[in-house]
Amino acid sequence: MTGPLTDALRAEWTKARTVASTGWLLLAAVVLTVAVGAAVSAAVSCPAGGCAEDPAKITLTGIYPGQAVVAIVGVLAVSSEYSAGMIRVTLAAMPRRIAVLAAKAVVLTGLVLTAGAVAVLASVLAGQTILPGHGIDPAHGYPSLSLGSPPVLRAAAGSVLYLVLIALLGLGIAAAVRDSAAAIGVVLGLLFVFPIVGATVGNAHAARFIQQIGPMTAGLAVQATTGLRGLPIGPWAGLGVLAAWAAAALLAGGLVLRLRDT
Amino acid sequence: MAAGFAQLLRAEWVKFRTVRGWVVGMIVAGLLTAGVGLLGHSECGSQVGAVAVVGGPGCTSSLGPGGEAVTDNFYFVHRPMGNTGSITVRVTSMTGSYSPNGGSASDVRPGLQPWSKAGIIIKASATPGSAYAAMMVAAGHGVRMQYDYAGDVAGLPGAVSATSPRWLRLTRDGGTITGYDSLDGAHWTQVGSVRLAGLPAVADAGLFAASPGYTAPASQSIGSGSASTTPSQATAAFDHVTVRGAWPAGAWTGTAVGGGSGPYPVLGYRQAGGELVVTGSGDIAPVVDPGAGSVATPLVGAFAGLIAIVIVGAMFITAEYRRGLIRVTLAASPRRGRLLAAKAIVIGAAAFAVSLPAVIVAQLVAEPMARSRGIFIFPVPAATDVRVVAGTAALLAVAAVLALALGTLLRRSAVAVTIVIAVIVLPYFFASPLAVLPAGVADWLLRVTPAAGFAIQQPYPAYPQVTGSYTPGNGYYPLAPWAGFAVLCAWTALALGLAVYLLRRRDA
Repeated sequence: MTGPLTDALRAEWTKARTVASTGWLLLAAVVLTVAVGAAVSAAVSCPAGGCAEDPAKITLTGIYPGQAVVAIVGVLAVSSEYSAGMIRVTLAAMPRRIAVLAAKAVVLTGLVLTAGAVAVLASVLAGQTILPGHGIDPAHGYPSLSLGSPPVLRAAAGSVLYLVLIALLGLGIAAAVRDSAAAIGVVLGLLFVFPIVGATVGNAHAARFIQQIGPMTAGLAVQATTGLRGLPIGPWAGLGVLAAWAAAALLAGGLVLRLRDT
Repeated sequence: MAAGFAQLLRAEWVKFRTVRGWVVGMIVAGLLTAGVGLLGHSECGSQVGAVAVVGGPGCTSSLGPGGEAVTDNFYFVHRPMGNTGSITVRVTSMTGSYSPNGGSASDVRPGLQPWSKAGIIIKASATPGSAYAAMMVAAGHGVRMQYDYAGDVAGLPGAVSATSPRWLRLTRDGGTITGYDSLDGAHWTQVGSVRLAGLPAVADAGLFAASPGYTAPASQSIGSGSASTTPSQATAAFDHVTVRGAWPAGAWTGTAVGGGSGPYPVLGYRQAGGELVVTGSGDIAPVVDPGAGSVATPLVGAFAGLIAIVIVGAMFITAEYRRGLIRVTLAASPRRGRLLAAKAIVIGAAAFAVSLPAVIVAQLVAEPMARSRGIFIFPVPAATDVRVVAGTAALLAVAAVLALALGTLLRRSAVAVTIVIAVIVLPYFFASPLAVLPAGVADWLLRVTPAAGFAIQQPYPAYPQVTGSYTPGNGYYPLAPWAGFAVLCAWTALALGLAVYLLRRRDA
């Protein structure tokens, strides 16, 4: 099967594969995610018992720093072409600009899906090993951390999808603003400013609303396995909010790519 | 020599000024810093029938002798007391109860709160916020002498019981009050002595009991900000109540200072034989949960501004590498250390010059807005406010220099920006809105990472003798303000030193 999209895909895959930084950054994302998740699991203690801990969330805490690295991967997929001037070669070879962006998105999805699955699986395994030693296991009334239990599977699969959507958000924003520093800043701003502002707002309704629309606060609702009623937004609906942000960013990036000179 | 450096500064300033994206980025940083802080629409008020009333009794606070917001809520069994004299009591028991579910009188459980307290007190008047000195037994903290809300001195340790009672004594000599404790009523130890300003010739003195609210253990989830607090009460039994000196004749009077009682807690006192039993609720202490009334609340926009400033700071050097301009720059100014110093001064000064007005505007606009919605702004000394406001601008300026240093080290703006944001914002985020880490780990992160710099924003002191939620979200940090800021500066100096070293060694 050949065609413009297949060629574009092959070209983008070759670029991603042969740039050393892609591999290093994805490796860093996996290591950071697993290490922070394991460190938090090891630090959790509940001597008196009866803490409102959610084992899946504790285990997957590494997603918070890991997502920053994944966002860099997404941003650099576009912005490094602009900083090196490569984008002019790319667009001369493949004048259908939307196809270029789509191919980049597909390749990025594949890469982050793989790295994210490795990171999440390793984190869950680490949690299964570490948490029972701290009294967080079914014997002490906490939910099981087995991937066979539907909420845990949802948290794990949702976290992988979350990382993919963060990478796509970075890709779209980078295509829109074209500069790597500005793009990564906008992504991290979108992720972290919502929860910090939400936590300082005194009005409970406003705080809840901010958490419902923030890409990170809503998206990571998918990690919850206990206390779903208390969440500002449901697990899948929250991931949907992040998907909407990523789609909007890709749309904006696609428009800018199409309408502006390089 | 100096002229050469001035020229270098000028050259860097012209570079900064003439790149439109950087100037726009700095202006955006200022707008974000000023604007995001105005988003919080907190209100304080009550619903009377169908009408929402802004402000009211629950939306204000008494002020202590030092001008700080205080809780002054306790049950006071008192008599007038003259210029000199003393009061001595023996405390034989202290018990308590609390209502964990919304203060309902039908669900009351036994137990004292940390810092439930009962003892003797000499106070300027029964008006909340007036000066006082007290000797007390405090649940879990032994005998204490406390005065004027902020003062706290430890006396005899251990819990009080019928077999192990505590004797307490306060003596007044004009404006000076001295507290003593004893195990047997014969051998006395001085705990502390304090001079109270504004103590009238005839003060109010007697016995008291208070018990701070019960706070359920907080659950961890993003933004599960304020835990609710429900009422509790403490009951203490006193005997051997002895008064000496200038006490005008009169009987004991019971007053619920700072408010009455509902179905629970049940406040009051009873006297039988030589025994006096007092039940009280509340606390005599500084308020440590200013919430939306903190002078630092409008400064939350600094997080958004920080991100924009960090981007500009990193690009101030990485753009030179990207365009190859760095080779021209270094050809014109071969002394690379001085070049980086000039860049650091220009970007730091620009960041400070943009942030300071933004922070001042945020506070000037947000405070009247908050007041109009019934929110009580907790007062701070002027020097503290200056430190919080100017410190926030300085924090952003140092962050810009840190980004410049990391941009020089890494030459990759995306990675430099991510690292700076991650080391400054992530630890704060882990400690406060996320609250997934155990408190000890979160505190440790806020001590050793550059995020320690946010301590410069702490407006109100933390008090070990007051139970509170001392989290960054409430404006409390594990390091003292300037110590935390010094940690950020130390990281920045280290990064800048490393950047100078590598800039000299590597080819451009």
